Amino acid sequence: MLEVFIFATLNGLVTGFLLFMLASGLTLIFSMMGVLNFAHASFYMLGAYFAYSLSLYFGFWTGLIFAPIIVGVLGAMVERYGLRRVHQSGHVAELVFTFGLAFLIEESIQFFWGRDTKNYQTPELLDFPLFTLLGQEFSAYRGFMMTISVGIFIGLYYVLTKSRVGIIIQAAITHPQTVSNLGHNVPLIFMGVFGMGTALAGLAGVIAGPVLTTFPGMATVLGSIVFVIVVIGGLGSLAGAFIASLLIGLLQSYAIASDVGMPDLLNLLGVSFERGHPLNDLWTMNLPQIAPVLPYLLLVLVLIFRPTGLMGKREE
Amino acid sequence: MKNSQLLTKIFGSFRKPLLAISLGCVLIISSTSSAQEPVRIAFMDPLSGTFASIGNTGKTILEFAADYFYNSKGGILGGRMIEIVPLDNKQSPTETQLQFRRAISDDLHIIFQGNSSAVASTLSQTISRHNRRNPEQEVLQINYSAVDPILTEDNCSFWHFRFDAHANMKLDILTDFIAADEDIKSMYIIGQDYSFGQVVSDTTIRLLNEKRPDIEIVGNEFHPIGQVKDFTPYVTKIVSSGADAVITGNFGADMVSLARSIIDSGLDIPIYTFYAAYDGITATLGESGKDRIRLVHNGVANPLPTELRKQFNRDFKIAHPNYDVTQPRIVNALQMVVTAMEKTQSTDPYDIALALEDMRFTTMGGEEIWMRGEDHQIFQQLSVSVHTDEGVEFDADNSGFGLVTEYQVPMEETILESSCQMRRPRR
Repeated sequence: MLEVFIFATLNGLVTGFLLFMLASGLTLIFSMMGVLNFAHASFYMLGAYFAYSLSLYFGFWTGLIFAPIIVGVLGAMVERYGLRRVHQSGHVAELVFTFGLAFLIEESIQFFWGRDTKNYQTPELLDFPLFTLLGQEFSAYRGFMMTISVGIFIGLYYVLTKSRVGIIIQAAITHPQTVSNLGHNVPLIFMGVFGMGTALAGLAGVIAGPVLTTFPGMATVLGSIVFVIVVIGGLGSLAGAFIASLLIGLLQSYAIASDVGMPDLLNLLGVSFERGHPLNDLWTMNLPQIAPVLPYLLLVLVLIFRPTGLMGKREE
Repeated sequence: MKNSQLLTKIFGSFRKPLLAISLGCVLIISSTSSAQEPVRIAFMDPLSGTFASIGNTGKTILEFAADYFYNSKGGILGGRMIEIVPLDNKQSPTETQLQFRRAISDDLHIIFQGNSSAVASTLSQTISRHNRRNPEQEVLQINYSAVDPILTEDNCSFWHFRFDAHANMKLDILTDFIAADEDIKSMYIIGQDYSFGQVVSDTTIRLLNEKRPDIEIVGNEFHPIGQVKDFTPYVTKIVSSGADAVITGNFGADMVSLARSIIDSGLDIPIYTFYAAYDGITATLGESGKDRIRLVHNGVANPLPTELRKQFNRDFKIAHPNYDVTQPRIVNALQMVVTAMEKTQSTDPYDIALALEDMRFTTMGGEEIWMRGEDHQIFQQLSVSVHTDEGVEFDADNSGFGLVTEYQVPMEETILESSCQMRRPRR
């Protein structure tokens, strides 16, 4: 049982950190522009596909470096030539724009790469078990994923709180007019943040592609969960996104690893039901079965009891 | 108020003659062009979304087979071409209802559908209802892949024909194969949480209990279909359960991710599956899945039995280098439907259905297959094949890897009783 717990924790952390790479960009973009970028997970998928194509010719490591850059540049261009124009028509227009963009990216990917699963593999260099604990292996690649995402978190934290650029960005979020009056190019900052956010999503795609499989549905699978994280963490809050990412990663992992369910609860209460009972499905339900629904349950609870999210500031 | 009443009166008086004229036009047009009018067949499967790759491959095979065997040789029924009309149901029962309406308004009466037993059930019920209410305008369901047994058992329908072995038949063969392996002492079952996944679980437990009571079922897990990001947490449980083998009915991305996670965890145990090949799966599993992943399927894999079958594969590859002949049963289904049409000289679903019942047909692979009349279930030889790169004449995903048949069961031994009480329409 112990090894299940340890590995559930490790898996939860890997997933949590990966989710944070996506959520951080999304929440930054939101706090800056006030728009939820529905196409965010699509940039994640683009990252995986670009890295796959690059890895075919130049190897995994080239893909790791250049795919996020390409995605970031694409993202910046989307902001510069798309969002900025749409921005004048208000938030609804922006929302619809990113919504459309998500479909556009997914269809383009299917057009250029086809609909089948891509054979995107982990690099041979990392093709060994990092450690074996109680008969279970933890692959080096997962360790690598964790290292990268923790590195990104620390880097992001440092840049945003300690560096001059970070201070300007933070100022531009709350007081864009003043920052502009001080002589900073606010639209350029917005473009940079959007580019960085999408590049982070791209990077998440690059490192997740080989383990979570690269296929046209990968954005859909992860997309909704990232929104859940951003809302639970509090819209616009980086720290909130971090906590929510880990929370959801661990929550799902533990739920799957656990073997408890309604039958145990009923046994505890001393109640039993016939197999032919109309609500039989409900009485036999167990936690692993509903694990993927738990984040959404948490979302509903958070919205009821703490509408601003865990770390969100109340809107005036 | 007065004006509008006047308008309705005027138009009301016009309505009927107009209808008559337009009907007349249609009749004239259709009677003059009937010799060339194509036989239109709907292909309703996911052509977008998570499971799009399977649907698109199926569509490509059906279109190719129609051209290869019929359209390039002057068509059927005295010169009529076969036209395949794709309808994208996104593998959702709701969308299926909408697409079915579209099929009706487009005058399509034969629907090929295969992916997801949940969708097949919806479609079967919808068609039964429609056919009851609209006699003379019936629709025929050609199910080439949905394998929930219930479709040809308790919920069987006169308008539904299945061209794939159902899950219980396949599991009967697969568990025979597993039972023969003395090294397997425990089994872990994991599957998608819907009708087919449940059937795989229930039947595996029942059959293993009969054949090898000493095999312990150490896990019986369901996960939501197409929703799992990462299978590692599940694999952790498989590892700690100490299972000697895994059996799963997963398909598409859920299959690849599961197999990859098992392999990545360093767990070296055999994985028994239904759908772990083609559409990128074989290429993704590659070397790491060699000799570990087995599939139960109908027909045979490498070596292909006849020259006709081989030539079909080669010609298909020339036309579609990026696709594979993943489901030759689609070709069987098309050939049998066309045979029924030729025999009755009709495209009426009722005539076709009667002709299909108890039809015995020799496939391009040279084996005789039988469509049982009492429940509309096909019977043909079943095989268990292994994922490998040795002895693979026809690979999958252009990867060098493919399937090699290890175990074959002739058609007679795959026949199971059916509980079907079919309600036959009266004409």
